[in-house]
Amino acid sequence: MPGLGITYGRGGATSNLQDLQNSDCILIEGSNMAEAHPVGFRHPMIAKRKGAKLIHVDPRFTRTSALCDIYAPIRPGTDIAFLGGLINYVIQNERYFRDYVVHYTNAATLVSEDFGDAGADGLFSGWDEERHEYDPTSWRYEGSPIDYASVGGSQARLVGEGTGGHSDPNGEGERPTDPTLEHERCVFQVLKRHFAKYTPEMVEKVCGTPREAFLAVAKTICENSTPERTTALCYAVGWTQHSKGVQIIRTAAILQLLLGNIGRPGGGIMALRGHATIQGSTDIATLYNILPGYLPMPDVNMDNDTWKDYVEGQTAETGWWNNFPKYITSIFKAWYGEAFDPERGDEIFDHFPRLSGDHSYYPTIMAMKDGDVKGSFVFGQNFAVGGPHARLARDALRSLEWLVVLDAFEVEVATAWKMDGVKPEDCGTEVFFIPAALVAEKDGSFTQTQRMLQWHDKSVEPPGDAKSDAWFVFHLGRRLKALYESSEDPRDKLIQAMTWDYPTEGEDEEPDIESILKEVSGYTVADGEPVSGFAELKDDGSTACGGWIYSGVYANGINQARRRKPWTEQPNAANEWGWAWPADRRILYNRASADPEGKPWSERKKYVWWDEEEGKWVGHDVPDFNATKRPDYEPDPDAKGDAAIPGDGPFIVNGDGLGWLFAPIGLKDGPLPIHYEAVESPVPNLLYDEVQYTPTARLFDRPDNPYNEPMDPKYPYVVTTYRLTEHHTSGAMSRWIPWLSELQPELFCEISPQLAAEKGVENTDWVTISTSRGKVHCKALVSDRIPVYEFEGRKIHTIGLPYHWGPNGLVKGDVVNDLMPVALEANVAIHEAKAFTANLEAGRV
Amino acid sequence: MATGFLTDTTVCIGCKACEVACKQWNQLPADGYELTGDSYDNTKQLSGTTWRHVAFIENPKKRRLTGDVDLVALAEEVTEQLPGGAELDALGRWAFMSDVCKHCVEAPCQQACPTGAIIRNEFDNVYIQPDICNGCGYCVPACPYGVITQVPHDGRAFKCTLCYDRQRDGLEPACAKACPTNSIMFGEVEELEQIAEERVQDLHDKGYTQAYVWGTPEVGGTGGIKGNHSKFILMDEPEVYNLPRHPYLPQEKVKGGTIASMIAAGVLGAVVALAFRD
Repeated sequence: MPGLGITYGRGGATSNLQDLQNSDCILIEGSNMAEAHPVGFRHPMIAKRKGAKLIHVDPRFTRTSALCDIYAPIRPGTDIAFLGGLINYVIQNERYFRDYVVHYTNAATLVSEDFGDAGADGLFSGWDEERHEYDPTSWRYEGSPIDYASVGGSQARLVGEGTGGHSDPNGEGERPTDPTLEHERCVFQVLKRHFAKYTPEMVEKVCGTPREAFLAVAKTICENSTPERTTALCYAVGWTQHSKGVQIIRTAAILQLLLGNIGRPGGGIMALRGHATIQGSTDIATLYNILPGYLPMPDVNMDNDTWKDYVEGQTAETGWWNNFPKYITSIFKAWYGEAFDPERGDEIFDHFPRLSGDHSYYPTIMAMKDGDVKGSFVFGQNFAVGGPHARLARDALRSLEWLVVLDAFEVEVATAWKMDGVKPEDCGTEVFFIPAALVAEKDGSFTQTQRMLQWHDKSVEPPGDAKSDAWFVFHLGRRLKALYESSEDPRDKLIQAMTWDYPTEGEDEEPDIESILKEVSGYTVADGEPVSGFAELKDDGSTACGGWIYSGVYANGINQARRRKPWTEQPNAANEWGWAWPADRRILYNRASADPEGKPWSERKKYVWWDEEEGKWVGHDVPDFNATKRPDYEPDPDAKGDAAIPGDGPFIVNGDGLGWLFAPIGLKDGPLPIHYEAVESPVPNLLYDEVQYTPTARLFDRPDNPYNEPMDPKYPYVVTTYRLTEHHTSGAMSRWIPWLSELQPELFCEISPQLAAEKGVENTDWVTISTSRGKVHCKALVSDRIPVYEFEGRKIHTIGLPYHWGPNGLVKGDVVNDLMPVALEANVAIHEAKAFTANLEAGRV
Repeated sequence: MATGFLTDTTVCIGCKACEVACKQWNQLPADGYELTGDSYDNTKQLSGTTWRHVAFIENPKKRRLTGDVDLVALAEEVTEQLPGGAELDALGRWAFMSDVCKHCVEAPCQQACPTGAIIRNEFDNVYIQPDICNGCGYCVPACPYGVITQVPHDGRAFKCTLCYDRQRDGLEPACAKACPTNSIMFGEVEELEQIAEERVQDLHDKGYTQAYVWGTPEVGGTGGIKGNHSKFILMDEPEVYNLPRHPYLPQEKVKGGTIASMIAAGVLGAVVALAFRD
């Protein structure tokens, strides 16, 4: 999320799947789109038919590769080297979109003299060896510093302690720029120097990608990134699940800025999400450290003691986050109703939970195992199979006092008490297994990969005692409120004040899901009328809104997410199908589809432009810009909020309206991406030879989570895990379905004929794959679709492992994720599933 | 009016949605849970319980056969593989093909059926009436494509109905409905032929000169059955997709067999006559 969020302002896909039809070239990397997003892959196929070039860069030749014009193999975990190579190619050959880069990015901005780029040690200036983290102060621009609150929401937290609070906006005056891009300290030159060593030769050495293939990719994307043409990028968890996943996405985001592809039709970056509504689950937050709409959770370690401190601390001087008080006040109003008055905010805020540390998934699992977490509710998750280092997760489940699992099938998370040879009588966990309704059996919405909400109506009643998850939570809430109703303990004030009055339907009193959507969308408190969007939200308590980015989804009292007008019956961006946040804008930053004067860059790629007669921005989509702000508008030096964004600043959420090639603030692991090897890798880091893996990786020194040392001869092969079209993630919704199970009936590993020959393994023979965490048995599928990578004369073999199986269900297999280490990325705590080392032996040993 | 399928293998992504949609709509059972090791294909073949089957063909270029049909300069399309497995033209390295009943214009299965269970319905589709079929199994070897098998529990023969029930309600077959990339198209055969021609021309224009429509009598050797109502756009010789080069009607064999039998009878008769001459 911060990979896109820090560069462009928002942590969501910048375009939409349908718009891929307008692309002239689509680069798919870090994604096996045809297999993992087969329905979405329809659109690249249509583009291809219209003449677009499709490129797949991947460690394996997959069903996606088979449909692309160019396939370039890449050794797992080396995407920054590959993308950095593309950046270097674009800069060295002057193929960047100069007008776009000068006006819409921070290329011209000067970086302060304090900044020091990374040398062989792979460390930027500001590294604190003792605390093992960066102090980002030296990454600042020359002149007045960036307001840290302007990086917004959850990202603000990433700045870390010690740099929190407000910068002084009146401090150091103007921020100097050099529009010629010649100044040695301008961002463009810093970037150019930084990536100069990412040459095609280096890419070939590090990534194992043949030079012909790399150059074919580079030429094809450059030819298709001009005022007349656009290139789109698609990625998925093949980029995120690395110890430097955020920086991989940053590299791609920088590349797309240089090529001028953001905000333009057929361009953009599609962040393909891993589940049906994974975007929705971060938007209306299930993450521990954000409130709905990416508002930061109050934190004991920050100056969040009072409502006033909290609100002021998160309010940016310039750019979008100047609106923070409106959004946070409206959430509190939605949740606590009459009990909350922003004038006396502390009455509620005093009791509101604060973060006291890292309570993300992995530390919580470890705390569970260590006995610090007593009980757990698990909704629609099967981390006993799907979580990394799944054995540790199952041990953790067995350490709980009680566990409630709501699912449609008896998934492994509910049966850890009888797995791994554990005697049930030795497991003290009391397990409650509650049957849950499936999608077709309940109302609700999905927010899919392109930020679009689509409503689904209940079509059949759930079988037996099965109920929706919402029913369970709603009635649990009701009972808790009843329990605390007469309490006089001040700490119970929050639960007493909580509004929990959704209307119910039917005998079972299912909560009315649309009424929740209405609350999320927002309404005026006085009359309960829905607001038309976040522009109407107030910081005085007169509006309530459960998630400002979804504000408007219930505008005019109509469920906009239910709209289903086919694209064949409407023009342009098909805005009458579903509803996309923010404000139903389908391509974000679409002001950039016009030149600085507001005219389309080309007739072929016109999308949103300035209409002088009407005095507003018009075109094929809702403008992602102040609709009446003139393109030649120049803000006063002391302007605040949106008024501080110039008429040619398309990245309206960032405080300066610019796309950030260089990130002066907001990331824990540096202002620019650097290639590091994976935490577990069989080869050394050729680009920065004094450092092996990212110094900011979060590693856990525990006996139950050992790591394979880099270049350990005991673990010479690289494992990359993935999904197959035929199954659903941990198999929770597919291993019980005969029609899906027969298509991929058991665990297998994919290996090259060379490795098979070395090990004396034939197709469908049993093999054993082991790491220092555990081992799995599976059959080998031998195929030359698995490339062998040359590295300094050595052969580096890759083992492909789909991870859908476990001991339950119709089709079974060992749990692949038992092999994986808990090695986490610094900014978002994502695990490294796409590149770790293992051994492979013939037979079941 | 005749309806049929056009399956464009060049846009098939091998997702198997057609297999699942077919089994779900027609309530067909799973055939078992066995890893075959044959690429990503674990359902193996068409049968009485698998009416759509996605074939996965690894390295078709290496599998290329030398046959008597010269498809436009096929051999020229084979390019040297780049080191490390890179492909500057990946199309055709791993081919997918959703196979189905061909709904032959002159259907061998129908001609072999002694009970009249196999008919041509009002959509000109080849349809097995399950209440008439007596399970004799004559249609099974008659089918030149191996489409039909008998189901184990009662011996009756089943195959794709072209979703007869859905067509009667004005719906397209389940497989075509589920296909995310329009690899499977359903419609009137004449229209499909036109679409196929345009599509092949488009592929030729993009440099894929080996593309052709398989299932019309003129191209690809289906003349013996006067072509198929299930047509395919192929990029390689039919055998690569496990399709016979020259499907034929069973009676074609009968002719040769009859003559051979007559000659044999004549020779035997002569031998017998000679043997008893004394």
